[in-house]
Amino acid sequence: MAKDTDSPVAKPARAAPAWRVWLLDPAPASARQAMLGQAFLGWLRLTGNPLAMIGLAIVLALLLASAAAPWLATHDPYAQNLPGRLMPPFSPGHWLGTDEFGRDIWSRIVHGARITLYIVALVTVTAPVFGLLIGAVAGYFGGIVDTVLMRLTDIFLAFPRLILALAFVAALGPGIENAVLAIALTAWPPYARVARAETLTVRGADYIAAIRLQGAGHGRIITGHVMPMCLPSVVIRVTLDMAGIILTAAGLGFLGLGAQPPLPEWGLMIASGRKFLFEQWWVATMPGLAIFMVSLGFNLLGDGLRDVLDPKGAK
Amino acid sequence: MSLLQVQDLSVTFQTPAGPVEAVRGVSFTLDRERLGIVGESGSGKTMTGRSVLRLVRPPGRIEATRLAFDGVDLLAASERQMRALRGQRIAMVMQDPKFSLNPVMQVGRQLTEGLRLRDRMSEREAHAKAEAALDAVQIRDVARVMEAYPHELSGGMGQRVMIAMMLIPEPDLLIADEPTSALDVTVQAEVLAILDALVRERGMGLIFISHDLALVSRFCDRVLVMYRGRVVEELAARDLGAARHPYTQGLLGCLPRIGGPRGPLPGLDRDAAWAEA
Amino acid sequence: MALIEIENLDVTFTAKGQRVQAVRGVSLAVEPREAYGLVGESGSGKSTILRALCGLAPVTAGAIRLAGEPVNPGRDRGRAFARRVQMVFQDPYASLHPRHTVDRTLSEPLAVHGIGGRERRVLAALADVGLEPSFRFRYPHQLSGGQRQRVAVARALMLEPEILLLDEPTSALDASVQAEVLNLLSRLRAERGLTFLMVSHDLAVIDHMCDRLTVMQDGRTVEVLAREDLAAGRFRQPYTRSLFAASSSVPTVGA
Repeated sequence: MAKDTDSPVAKPARAAPAWRVWLLDPAPASARQAMLGQAFLGWLRLTGNPLAMIGLAIVLALLLASAAAPWLATHDPYAQNLPGRLMPPFSPGHWLGTDEFGRDIWSRIVHGARITLYIVALVTVTAPVFGLLIGAVAGYFGGIVDTVLMRLTDIFLAFPRLILALAFVAALGPGIENAVLAIALTAWPPYARVARAETLTVRGADYIAAIRLQGAGHGRIITGHVMPMCLPSVVIRVTLDMAGIILTAAGLGFLGLGAQPPLPEWGLMIASGRKFLFEQWWVATMPGLAIFMVSLGFNLLGDGLRDVLDPKGAK
Repeated sequence: MSLLQVQDLSVTFQTPAGPVEAVRGVSFTLDRERLGIVGESGSGKTMTGRSVLRLVRPPGRIEATRLAFDGVDLLAASERQMRALRGQRIAMVMQDPKFSLNPVMQVGRQLTEGLRLRDRMSEREAHAKAEAALDAVQIRDVARVMEAYPHELSGGMGQRVMIAMMLIPEPDLLIADEPTSALDVTVQAEVLAILDALVRERGMGLIFISHDLALVSRFCDRVLVMYRGRVVEELAARDLGAARHPYTQGLLGCLPRIGGPRGPLPGLDRDAAWAEA
Repeated sequence: MALIEIENLDVTFTAKGQRVQAVRGVSLAVEPREAYGLVGESGSGKSTILRALCGLAPVTAGAIRLAGEPVNPGRDRGRAFARRVQMVFQDPYASLHPRHTVDRTLSEPLAVHGIGGRERRVLAALADVGLEPSFRFRYPHQLSGGQRQRVAVARALMLEPEILLLDEPTSALDASVQAEVLNLLSRLRAERGLTFLMVSHDLAVIDHMCDRLTVMQDGRTVEVLAREDLAAGRFRQPYTRSLFAASSSVPTVGA
């Protein structure tokens, strides 16, 4: 139940810092303060979930690694050193060992973080946005628009993602940009589905009827009123899908259709280490661990975000 | 001895902002009669009803100096003993039947399930008993309702099915939480008549929880008026017009009346002292 | 001339191949500055009439006229209609966008119609419905039911309409809060010369607010009454009598 304005609120034992009081002010003085306050409450709820915090730490580590790659790396990721090839982990100067050209695996993984982040970022700004738009429009208008858009979605959804991406890359030619494009083209249908389902639940809501009654056009209603309600589910879905996106990118790299050598892309590194898997296991295992960690990080964060953002789970 | 004895009941929720007391020091006894609990939202009336069944979810905590049903100490009872009491001897009817009936199970199966599993009745016996229960709540086309899924029933019909389901084990105490709020006035009257008959014929005890003071005054023998977790006034329903507490008077006064004056309705000025003992 | 005229209105919904006739041949006329009530139980079609009037339900037959001009029977009523007719919904928990602040909710209609001076107008609207300026940047979940319904009333009045459609505006509220909202509506009506078309299942609420009323059952008109008829018990239909009996037994304090 909503509280009365004058109801007593238990005072924290210590006086809270001013910024905290400002953020938690029940009567914000500006739209920005209100929004930040809500975000802060969400953050407080997220911090209460230790697994999500672990996920967040991993994701932050990925961001940090890509930002500080030149400083974190101990060697040039492309510098070959044939006499020092296939050195095991904890060799002097190469704590994760070296690959078949004597390149430092740690330095390559750190630089590879940039590529992974680049792929993740590109896919994130394309597929969910497109899917959200398609889903919201289909759900809002219904009828023939819905039928056409959703059958299109179904067609894309029916293909196995990697196979479709393979077909795209085969047609467009290998390379990171094309890999991203292929992934984005195959990744949007689930977002369209999620957004449509969410739209159908809010379409008949009184607050949508109210804004229609005020003469607002369809564009304003979809972007300003329907989409904000779909956004949480889509964001959750994106973080949970992130692992899949990274794996697809790695898979394309592994198959030689994504990033091209000598780029230190993680999937590509695994592919080249495959030949030595039994004797020099670290060449493929170290980038594999990196993929595993980052995927896990996004998954944990996504789970935590679900608890914070999902309007159905919220009190 | 009374059927239900409640003394100094309190329900406390631990929240990040400190403990919140939803119910504070509520005491009452109930015999085989109709007791109304009235209050506005947040007054703790629902929590009081749920406490009797110990159906308060964590972080809520129930405390009382005495909470006894037919001699059984409800606070000391094991979860196993409570399960034996719930539904069998103490039943509860909620506001909206839609949330209380299983949407993917036919009404007939829901009604007979307990009888078959718990009381080891044969299919035919259980069926006969379920039909009798539906008949008792004035459902005319019993056969159709037995075959129906909950969504195929109207609100009033669903609520009657709920009541029938609760009454099959012949409980000694029925807690009805806003049982008629979702119903139209004409249907409401029928459901109330059914409850009334059950109290008179079976000697059942009834706790009738509602926000509707007028309804409670018409239907119950005794009324507890709750405000902010406390009982501010207890009185016989027929004496409601002579209510002493300003809150009760305010609740009555702010209702519009047919043929009443057209001016502004009197507001309810809440006095902070009402929430104190 | 009547401000709102509804003539032989039929509303039929088609869902899953089944046709449900929610309103059957209802006619009514509301004079300017009148408060007109529609009373009935759930499924009587009373809310559907309001929704049909503003294009939220399909009109299958009959005519709706505003000040003599026929209203486009299609779904879209357009902006000019929005500036004349607004609605307050039953459930204030469902009628405010959960992710918009009060400020956004109230300034949106101004943005749609390109009306300036938004800050001033929003603050004035809040004051009009008895809310402090500190409520401006709150989200709906930070408000009580009564406060939400005040915001909903303020929103409906942002475009300064002449007609307010009230769909059970107090049935989700506690009795004391209902009294406050009803008083607010009466005051605004007097101040602004509004015309009300109000729906309720509660005969006492309609009696308190309205000058005339139509009793409805199963999508049809049962009987049309003036307020005086109701108070004097001058009605002919048994259905009206049963509604009357259910809402006229409030004990009087000090009786």
